[in-house]
Amino acid sequence: MKTLVFLEHHEGKLQQDSLGVLGKAAALGGEVEAVLLGEGVEQLAAEAGKFGASRVYVADDVLLAAPLPQPRVDALESLVNDGGHDTVLFAASVLSADVAAGLAARLGAGLNWDLTDLVEEDGRLVGKRPALGDAVYVDVGWTSEPRLALIRSGTFEPAETGGSAEVEKIEPRLQDFSLAARMVEQAHEESEGPSIEDADVIVAGGRGLGGPENFALVEELAKALGGDAGWYPYAAQVGQTGKTVSPKLYVAVGISGAIQHKVGMQSSGLIVAINKDPNAPIFEYADFGVVGDLHEIVPKLTELVRARKAA
Amino acid sequence: MKIAVCAKHVPEATAQRRLDPQTKRLDRSGEGTLNQFDVHAVEEALKLRDASGEGEVVIVSLGPERALEAMRKALAMGADRVVLVSDEAAAGSDLVATSRVLAAALEREGADVVLFGQQANDSDGAVLWAAVADRLQRPLISQVAELTHEDGKVRGKRQTEFGYDVIEAPLPAVIAVSDAINEPRYPSLKGIMGAKKKPQETVSLGDLGVGADEAGEAGSRTEVYALSDPPARGDTVKIEDDGSAADKILQFLQEKKAL
Amino acid sequence: MRPSDYPPPFSPSEFIAAPREPEIEVGVLIVGAGPAGLACAIRLGQLLEETPELAERLGEVPVAVLEKGKQPGSHLLSGAVVNPRSLRRLFKDRVPTHEMPFFGRVEHESVYFLTAKRAMRIPAPPTMRNSGNYAASLSQLGRWLAGQAEEVGAVILPETTGHKLLVGDGRVRGVKTGDKGRGRNGEELPNFVPGDEVQAKVTVLAEGTQGHLTGIALDRFALQGDNPQVWALGVKEVWKVAKPLGRVIHTMGWPLRPGAKYREFGGSFIYPMGEDMITIGMVVGLDYRDVELSVHDVLQELKTHPLVRKLVEGGERIAWGAKTIPEGGFLALPKRLHAPGLLIVGDGAGLVNVPALKGIHYAVESGRLAAEAAFSALQRGEAPGRRGALVGYDEALEQSFVWRDLKQVRNMRPAFGRGFWLGGAMAGAMTASRGNFPPGDASLEHDAEQELIRTDRAKRYPVPDGKLTFDKLSSVFLSGNQTRDDAPNHLRVRDRVPPEIAELWTRMCPAQVYEVGDDAGDGDVQVEVTPSNCVQCGAITAKGGRLTPPEGGSGPEYKLT
Repeated sequence: MKTLVFLEHHEGKLQQDSLGVLGKAAALGGEVEAVLLGEGVEQLAAEAGKFGASRVYVADDVLLAAPLPQPRVDALESLVNDGGHDTVLFAASVLSADVAAGLAARLGAGLNWDLTDLVEEDGRLVGKRPALGDAVYVDVGWTSEPRLALIRSGTFEPAETGGSAEVEKIEPRLQDFSLAARMVEQAHEESEGPSIEDADVIVAGGRGLGGPENFALVEELAKALGGDAGWYPYAAQVGQTGKTVSPKLYVAVGISGAIQHKVGMQSSGLIVAINKDPNAPIFEYADFGVVGDLHEIVPKLTELVRARKAA
Repeated sequence: MKIAVCAKHVPEATAQRRLDPQTKRLDRSGEGTLNQFDVHAVEEALKLRDASGEGEVVIVSLGPERALEAMRKALAMGADRVVLVSDEAAAGSDLVATSRVLAAALEREGADVVLFGQQANDSDGAVLWAAVADRLQRPLISQVAELTHEDGKVRGKRQTEFGYDVIEAPLPAVIAVSDAINEPRYPSLKGIMGAKKKPQETVSLGDLGVGADEAGEAGSRTEVYALSDPPARGDTVKIEDDGSAADKILQFLQEKKAL
Repeated sequence: MRPSDYPPPFSPSEFIAAPREPEIEVGVLIVGAGPAGLACAIRLGQLLEETPELAERLGEVPVAVLEKGKQPGSHLLSGAVVNPRSLRRLFKDRVPTHEMPFFGRVEHESVYFLTAKRAMRIPAPPTMRNSGNYAASLSQLGRWLAGQAEEVGAVILPETTGHKLLVGDGRVRGVKTGDKGRGRNGEELPNFVPGDEVQAKVTVLAEGTQGHLTGIALDRFALQGDNPQVWALGVKEVWKVAKPLGRVIHTMGWPLRPGAKYREFGGSFIYPMGEDMITIGMVVGLDYRDVELSVHDVLQELKTHPLVRKLVEGGERIAWGAKTIPEGGFLALPKRLHAPGLLIVGDGAGLVNVPALKGIHYAVESGRLAAEAAFSALQRGEAPGRRGALVGYDEALEQSFVWRDLKQVRNMRPAFGRGFWLGGAMAGAMTASRGNFPPGDASLEHDAEQELIRTDRAKRYPVPDGKLTFDKLSSVFLSGNQTRDDAPNHLRVRDRVPPEIAELWTRMCPAQVYEVGDDAGDGDVQVEVTPSNCVQCGAITAKGGRLTPPEGGSGPEYKLT
């Protein structure tokens, strides 16, 4: 097996997700190589060796400075054609998804996405992914090589293996149409956070809070956890036009209703519930449920979280 | 200005979707509807056309014959035409095959702007446009939450994990819009009544010059092996607060690496 | 205490408007794409095919059908075992029975009287015999009928409600459709679009149970008969099963209570749907008295009975829905079913044979007869708004088997107000005498005027296990409900009522729309309403509130009900 891993970087650091995927590739075995594209990124290349790559291709070019997908497709195409990689892995991101799909079209190669695991089974590479909102899991594969895969963010943790990598500079030829789109302004922080539907951590308050004036409790905890706060006075809303939220952590404060329809039950998602009614249906869905007074527990928890994060 | 919108016919209401244990693919035998995310792309196309004062919005779709009914919603909203690629040989197409077919249909149309919605809510993939843009050899802007057009160029505000970028591309271009970009209009009664009369063309792979081996399962490079149950969630814990609940929650969060 | 002591903030005049500038003009406007409305559209299409000059005179759109659901079928729900005679009459030789979307002929049937543990087979009452009838999903049948209607030229306008009745010069001129894009407090959202005025020469109200404009019209034209309408609530599920059912089952008795003081009239049906699906439903009269009765939960309880459990265990619940059924029958029919420019058909008119649990074939026949009356008035060149121009409809209906059947069973349902045993005996006497004995007519009371009682009924509901029994939210989710979370509240109820009334509504509603809220002073409580859960069954209208049509396109997405 000869694998190429697409490494992403932001503001001078390699992205954790890419390193995690790199580690997974190393665990799968065979030759593992990585590619790093950008401007002024050479010094990051050596890092990749520590996380599982035996060789890192680097293209350092002003034309690759902006995180745009299409020039990267050109670079990867020639790399894969020359290097004969049978597998190309990406950690999912806005950028890498476009790169992977563009590359799939360019090479006529199969792409599977949203994978939460990658294993060798019966002599072939099998990807595992959730479907239908995590209700069922599907085993997927490829009918030809190279095999392209997008791994769901947060799936693999990076692990330092302590190796080192050969760094090879490449100078990819970029097509005209790939360079037609240009970055005018880059990476502006949004004045509001991402919409609550995309948040990783949500703290939600329900009628048990008493009233909107107590919402500050929920907001403080959300801030401490680095997430978003939501107010759900009507625990019973199950209309399907609203998007379901699929956070990694969902803290339900004073919500009694069964919320399983509004909150996607990701395999990695956790639900913590605090409610004074021991029979509240929400306890059926909470991974960790506490029967108690939220007015006492939530402020204490906020303090503890803050302290832990500061340490 | 000619604007093409790539739209998909997807099975309806989430609660009633199921995977067919035989084919291990989404059971598409029931009624379908216009993919909700594509409705935003249709709305954006209509806005572009109306702002430029003239032009045409054509809906391009790959799907079964009954997809035409779902596409009528776009016509009712104000789109001008539908081109449906419907061919048995195209059933079961993956990204490689679908992008090939759509690219052929879009070449035929020669649009200035090709719009996609954020994702198809049946396969959850958010990648088709990049494959199509590559085949068409056109510049691409994706995850666009705001789009402006001036002097043969488009500017998109693209949302990423780090905030937003502003990207500019000359026409002809491929744009994928996020659902934050607009509030789609409701079709008017007159629109609904007039939808059926608008041109709806069905073409086959042969009409597009795409071989049967280039589409469908034959043209695909991925496959589905099996279905299984999701991994178990683990035991649920329920405790009563004895004063230490906050500590216990913190401990739990740490154990699960949620902090 | 009675729900009728706390009437909702509602006035029919709110929903009448004078006609102004029509946005759209059609020949015949039908409100509701159910079996009655579509039969009407199909018959009109057939007749217009033979008279192209009339079709031309009616303009670009001779026949239009408004449907508030996302598509025809989205809001249709019934058992159902359908008597095919009306459909055969409608289609004559154009469509043979085997091409109609039925699941199969009923070959065997059983009726049981249930106790908590046992099931005693009893002979099927003559009114309940189903041989020659076909199992069907009304939702699927509706979708198919819509296709047939389009084939003969009807224009179907989904996601569109009939919101106001246009009345000018004493006659019905059409309908104003509902607004779209309002927020929770009625404010106009960025994509707000006001309703359209659709004018027509003849308006046919085919809205089904609790028809909104039907109620408005009955009031406006003083069509209400001597008896009020009464309703039952039906809640049903569709299950995928390993073993085919092979017969039609009806049950009476448990979990309902036979004593007269409870007034729990109803029973269950279990019908096969092909080889691998069955449908189970519980139907209970809304004149019930117990605050703690919840038809949704009684259905869950029913599934725990050994007879029923055996049929579904190991299977998968794949659909759920709820809808009211008009149960007043002949006694509750309006004085007339026509007014200037107006015809009323189907369940909206109350054409349901309660002992036989049948209404679909009456709906189809009434739709067909309405089409013929409208057609002949239009063909005569008569202004259908002229007084009496449409009387032909009532006349034809009174000559039909619809009238005959309903008259014969007119006193049966009211007899059960005396409790199950006495009611049953009286029903037997009525059947044997073909409705002649006991003589005369019974009378009906408003469902909302029943005195409330409280028992410990709620204790018996099973705790949902997510496999055999389910909670209301899971059920609503399975209905495919497509209502915006920020949609305006379309349910008219008093916002402060005594706790018993709030609890009555909370339990009554199969979709958990109502919740008992906080103290509101004076012994009252707030009523919390979650309109986005509403599946538009209509139960609230029977028990002290009023359902008005929400935004077009919202509500359930029924496919198999």
